[in-house]
Amino acid sequence: MIEKALIGGKRYWGWLAVLSVVIILGLLAYLKQFNTGLAITGLSRDVPWGFYIAQFTFLVGVAASAVMVVLPYYLHNFKDFGKMTILGEFLAISSVIMCMLFIFVDMGNPIRIVNVFLHPTPHSLMFWDSVVLMGYLLLNVVISQVTFNSERKGIAPPKWIKPVIVLSIPWAVSIHTVTAFLYSGLAARPFWLTAILAPRFLASAFAAGPAFLVILCLVMKKFANYDVGREPLKKLGVIIAYAMSINIFFVLLELFTALYSDIPEHMHHFEYLFFGLDGNDFLVPFMWTSEILAVVSLVLLLVPKLRQNSTLLGLACVTVIVSLWIDKGMGLVITGFIPSTLGQVVKYVPTLPELMITISIYAIGFLVLTVLYKVAIAVREEIGYK
Amino acid sequence: MGINRRGFIKIAGLSTLAGLTGKATLGVLAEEEAQQVVQTGEMLKAKRWAMVVDLHKCQQKKGCTACIDACHSVHNVPNFDNPKDEIKWIWKQDFEGAFPSQDHEFLKADIRQSTPVVFCNHCDNPPCVRVCPTQSTWKREDGIVMMDMHRCIGCRYCVVACPYGSRSFNWRDPRPFIKEIDPDFPTRSRGVVEKCNFCADRLARGKIPACVEACEEKALIFGDLEDPESEVRELLRNNITIRRKPSLGTNPEIYYIV
Repeated sequence: MIEKALIGGKRYWGWLAVLSVVIILGLLAYLKQFNTGLAITGLSRDVPWGFYIAQFTFLVGVAASAVMVVLPYYLHNFKDFGKMTILGEFLAISSVIMCMLFIFVDMGNPIRIVNVFLHPTPHSLMFWDSVVLMGYLLLNVVISQVTFNSERKGIAPPKWIKPVIVLSIPWAVSIHTVTAFLYSGLAARPFWLTAILAPRFLASAFAAGPAFLVILCLVMKKFANYDVGREPLKKLGVIIAYAMSINIFFVLLELFTALYSDIPEHMHHFEYLFFGLDGNDFLVPFMWTSEILAVVSLVLLLVPKLRQNSTLLGLACVTVIVSLWIDKGMGLVITGFIPSTLGQVVKYVPTLPELMITISIYAIGFLVLTVLYKVAIAVREEIGYK
Repeated sequence: MGINRRGFIKIAGLSTLAGLTGKATLGVLAEEEAQQVVQTGEMLKAKRWAMVVDLHKCQQKKGCTACIDACHSVHNVPNFDNPKDEIKWIWKQDFEGAFPSQDHEFLKADIRQSTPVVFCNHCDNPPCVRVCPTQSTWKREDGIVMMDMHRCIGCRYCVVACPYGSRSFNWRDPRPFIKEIDPDFPTRSRGVVEKCNFCADRLARGKIPACVEACEEKALIFGDLEDPESEVRELLRNNITIRRKPSLGTNPEIYYIV
């Protein structure tokens, strides 16, 4: 089946070439990091986690969101998602691969990473996160392989795959819950010490992931002549509208507790996010952009007339993704460290090599995604999928 | 500083035995030998090591860094000029940073303006140990929170989980930044976390912690918290002491006389 990925037009190869160049540049930057150490990043004693871990957190959400197409399609027999489900599963696969790469590049001693499995430690959430992520990757590979193979041969998928699919649904929820637990169980970091972190993660994931899928579908329609149809996109629009509303509601709940209780150690972090602390206001313009985009997206999504226009839906999806990416990919992790446990406000800005490595991991994700989508479309063209 | 071959073999044998039989052996040994800090000739033992810092004595000599210098030199702690790469096992922290919940505007000036020495609290309930995915950091029977720098994958989850900022990460190769390498203690490689080890290496050779030894004002007092007759217990009985962020439930074993 993979041979389908070797036949493509100029645009396909051009896109892969661009991605490859980005990947190679990132590899060079990583070689530098591998030889010098994480000192080449903007991280420090006071801000020990930064951009890499934030991208990991954002992408776990994108991976988990596949459940938003898998669940209606398999559990509720929602036929409209037929052409899209495989795209959701492939998006999950490439997202999990990116997650793993982000964890890998964040390690001080990447060659020792197998120690996590040589010395399994159930009391560490990081151990569980590796387990659920590996499991989720495996589930999605197996499910997409088996269902897609059957589809190609024009036969019904084997019966045993159904329980595996059902299992993948709570499993998707688990990956983002456990990722939230990485943060929300730490007495040292009041910013994350909130029970709503996991639900908030899930709500934002179920908005950002499907939004990403909508954009991918629109791109595929335009460039790959693969049309999933109008109905499924409309339905995804509704899902995104609900998820985004719930996410904004959760953020407001969080703000209420911090601001009304007026506990300094909770307040300071929000102050840093939206106004800056001690002249350190790196995140402030980004956070306000994120909030404004969230409101814009909400208007576009909640008014049915706007949402049903596919250009505006695309625009809404872009605003959702940018807003949530800033929130999770920039604000969430860094702010947990500012101020530090010793009350210090220490500046963190990702460095150029750090950004290059980050972008190149995204490029790897897109490369995997492109190849998988290429195969999916080619096979479906061959069997004359309607 | 030196250690002869016989001494080494004895310690190695003892550690192996302790490692193999674990709890039982240590329990028995501790029971037999330690009602107080006992000098066994080779190894200092206790049921629960703890430290008392006398803030008044500590502040007597302005700008004194004797404990810091001693610790950092015997443990080959590198000296970086920039705070970004900084590694520290023991340092002076402003009072508000060390005790955020105890600080207020009208607090006794000498306390408020003091810069308490801070280091690993060797918590009874250490969050760093809980989060470590490879058990590279663990709590010994005698309460010392240890680090295995050969197993550490450098994920820095412990740095994130420590409420006291006690842990440092080797962002780059530390060796070129060590003034003079002490061959009695290993240097570290890039990409691992390190912190105060309560001088477990020195205790094994019958020596008290380097910081305690270096403090001429006797502001640092080290001993067995389980032993009612020990000096630390005596000080805790007779002085008002505070701990860092006690509300978090980590149970720090460093007490500050204020």
